[in-house]
Amino acid sequence: MTGPALLSVEGVAVDLPTPRGNLRAVDHVDLSIGPGQTLGIVGESGCGKTMLSRAILQLLPKKAKLSGRVIFDGQDLVRLDRERLRKLRGRSLAVVFQDPMTSLNPVLTIGTQLIETLQEHLELDGVAAKMRSIELLAAVGIPAPEQRLMQYPHQLSGGMRQRVAIAIALSCEPKLLIADEPTTALDVTIQAQILDLLAREQRRRHMAMIIITHDLGVVAGRTDEVAVMYAGRVVERAPTPDLFKKMRMPYTEALLAAIPKIDAKPHTPLPAISGRPPDPTRPLKGCSFSPRCKYAWAQCQIEKPRLEDADSPGHQYACFRPLNIPAGAPA
Amino acid sequence: MLGFVAQRLLYLVPVLLAVSLLTFLIASLLPGDLAYTILGDQATPEKVAALRHDMGLDQPIWWRYLSWLGNVLQGDFGRSFRTGQTVLQAVAERLPVSLELMLLAQLGALTIGIPLAIACAVRNGSAFDRFMTGSAFSMLSVPAFLSAILLIYLFAVELRWLPATGYIPFHEDPVGNLRCFLLPALTLALGEWPVLMRVLRSDMIQTLQEDYIAMARAKGLKPSRILLVHALKPSSLTLVTVTGINIGRLIGGTVIVESIFALPGIGRLLLSAIFTRDLIILQGVVLIVALGYVLINFVVDLLYAVLDPRIRHGHA
Amino acid sequence: MATLELSIDQAAIASPVRTRRLGPLFWMAIGWMTFVFALAAFADLLPLPSPFDMDMLERRAPMSAAHWLGTDGLGRDVLSRLIYGARISLIVGLCAPVIGLTIGGALGILAGYFRGRFETLVVGSMDVLLAFPPLILALAVTAYLGQSLLNLTGILGVLGIPAFMRVARATTLTLARREFVIAAQALGASHARILLRELLPNVFLPLFAFFLLGVAVTIVVEGALSFLGLGVPPPISSWGIMIGEGRESLEIAPRLAFIPAVTMFLTVLSFNLVGDTLRALTDPRQGAL
Repeated sequence: MTGPALLSVEGVAVDLPTPRGNLRAVDHVDLSIGPGQTLGIVGESGCGKTMLSRAILQLLPKKAKLSGRVIFDGQDLVRLDRERLRKLRGRSLAVVFQDPMTSLNPVLTIGTQLIETLQEHLELDGVAAKMRSIELLAAVGIPAPEQRLMQYPHQLSGGMRQRVAIAIALSCEPKLLIADEPTTALDVTIQAQILDLLAREQRRRHMAMIIITHDLGVVAGRTDEVAVMYAGRVVERAPTPDLFKKMRMPYTEALLAAIPKIDAKPHTPLPAISGRPPDPTRPLKGCSFSPRCKYAWAQCQIEKPRLEDADSPGHQYACFRPLNIPAGAPA
Repeated sequence: MLGFVAQRLLYLVPVLLAVSLLTFLIASLLPGDLAYTILGDQATPEKVAALRHDMGLDQPIWWRYLSWLGNVLQGDFGRSFRTGQTVLQAVAERLPVSLELMLLAQLGALTIGIPLAIACAVRNGSAFDRFMTGSAFSMLSVPAFLSAILLIYLFAVELRWLPATGYIPFHEDPVGNLRCFLLPALTLALGEWPVLMRVLRSDMIQTLQEDYIAMARAKGLKPSRILLVHALKPSSLTLVTVTGINIGRLIGGTVIVESIFALPGIGRLLLSAIFTRDLIILQGVVLIVALGYVLINFVVDLLYAVLDPRIRHGHA
Repeated sequence: MATLELSIDQAAIASPVRTRRLGPLFWMAIGWMTFVFALAAFADLLPLPSPFDMDMLERRAPMSAAHWLGTDGLGRDVLSRLIYGARISLIVGLCAPVIGLTIGGALGILAGYFRGRFETLVVGSMDVLLAFPPLILALAVTAYLGQSLLNLTGILGVLGIPAFMRVARATTLTLARREFVIAAQALGASHARILLRELLPNVFLPLFAFFLLGVAVTIVVEGALSFLGLGVPPPISSWGIMIGEGRESLEIAPRLAFIPAVTMFLTVLSFNLVGDTLRALTDPRQGAL
């Protein structure tokens, strides 16, 4: 990555007090992304990826405790005061949530939800804001944008709603867009359209983007770099082509194998990853993935592997028995 | 939207008819001969019989109901034999007083209840929240006449700031008028605010946990806008229902307060009609009050549709 | 302004005392209720002056050894009137809701179980009844039929029927879809058996919680009517009458109004607290059962 990072997440940890004990949702994660780049964060449900995105936005639940630094555009968001943080959000830092049915306010019109963001951050007057809203809706591919302004979210289809959410996110020309499972709640046929839309807008605006998903297939070919998360930690990180061709972490291998392939023979069993994600209130002493890993051995259960560099640049992984390397030999 | 309104209106008709029937039956079946009461000590069997015939009291009950209903539909609710006023005249005189009282009371309750509800919802679980909810609960155990006594004692007897009783019409002296209504309206408001506050608080707490509120925060909107526009509107449904039901209840439910503070409203009209056995007034006024209540519920239903567009389009 | 229409608002309100266990407030309320109940029940055994004896020389006397809480405007012992007043308030307060509970509860369970036209009829007639301001009805009936303890209890009881019907019906609707009812039906149990053995025991607890709330409301309504002079006939004392009479002495002796007022408030609050806590614990709609 050339030049200074736009967003740099340094040693971020998120702890949630629960009745059953402390829950470490995010465990010392480091990430960075440069302007105009795309980072994919992949992991199963409960691996902490959504908590991480909330941590970046400083939108954690009240009881959560955050440690570490989140440097965005030169400022540490963790220490920033509320008013300046508020001005950043929606303007330089934007978000698209997973389910547009719940992320759009059901009793306000689409127009209101678009215009209020424009008026808040860009201080446009009513007429200018309305014109801009119509432009935005057209840009995200919504037909008859003038009529849509007066409509309510429930009057639109799921794909349309997500386009509106994207329009809202893009409205103030953000430098970074975080898309948290943007296509999970949508039909498969719509998913590709939405992802293409995001990619197109990103190129057009030279915007950095973080795509959070549980589906490795979503990030293939659409991201510059991928970070794989498991049990609150980043377990492998690499430029996208390297990740797919030279993956090291057995978990990454298993994730890739779990994607159904269109050219597989009929009735090929899907190799699902056996077992379940660990209980975050009872962290394991050793590697969190070891109970489900087919390569695990004694060391994996005693010690937690740390992220180490692989031979290719920008590639890191945390594993004692990485793939493609004979056991015991240095990476 | 029009279809919705028409549908609701259709439902109203049988209810209104039933209400009119019940009113008439109650008034007619109460013991005590009306003619006898009117004549008082001038009653002789012949005079009673004559008056009964005049008033149509010797007809079968269904005939009397239909003729009364017929009159009502033409706007003739009857005439009081005591005062000579028609029912409509008496109501027209007293209604503004009761309405002013109700409106001020409801306004007071909302003014106390809404900000408290929002403050508690935002500080959910804090000591402030628990204290306010506890106070609201305790207030529900303080009936209107107790609040009235307390307020009268504090403001009229001890501090002497406000009059304990009396009524000055608005057009004569607006300030004096409001001074007369302050204590009575406050009495009723103290009884109403706990319900409003708890209902709104409960809805707001749920709304604040919704994704679209997190989204609003992620958009960097001002906290005041998030609270008042994004959170308040979807949480208002139950509040509007309760307010509507309260307004309906307050009609005629102002009896106690009007009596204590000597306000010449509908409530006192009913009380005096009961005392003087003025059946015609009683019948007519009860019908009007019941009608008002049914209509208010109807309006509340409509308001629902305005507040939640999903109901309007048949989605909810 | 308390009315007998314990409408849906009550059901929509979550209890503020969301205790899984019964907290200290709950037990204090039970304690007060028992205390008042005991005093009222055993009033005759207590060394009290008669509540009817007027001593015109000792009117509005302050608290003393002879009269622990002083005397009222007609020289009658306040403490004695308070305790005998408790008796009246509790008699009306407990008996009237029983009428609502039995008749309204029965109607509600039947309506919720059998559904169909019977249900529409029951619900519709209750709606019509609810369109009337209850206080007016109560006033009209007592004014025409005469003021007496019996009449008052009767009309207040009847006015409570719609509210109990609603609660019973709502609870039955929820329960009738639960497995144990469907299982009983599958086993071929008769309607009567299902109603009595399966539904009734489960509907009873929420109804009882509602009953306690009904007691609180009835005490208030009786108090309001008596306050206006239209409830219990003199010379019987009830808290409402005492407050009404005390109102005239607000300038000279405010305690005459406030002592019965505070007593009534504490009693009503206790019933509300216990009823609300029980309701939160036993409402099947919250999955507690």
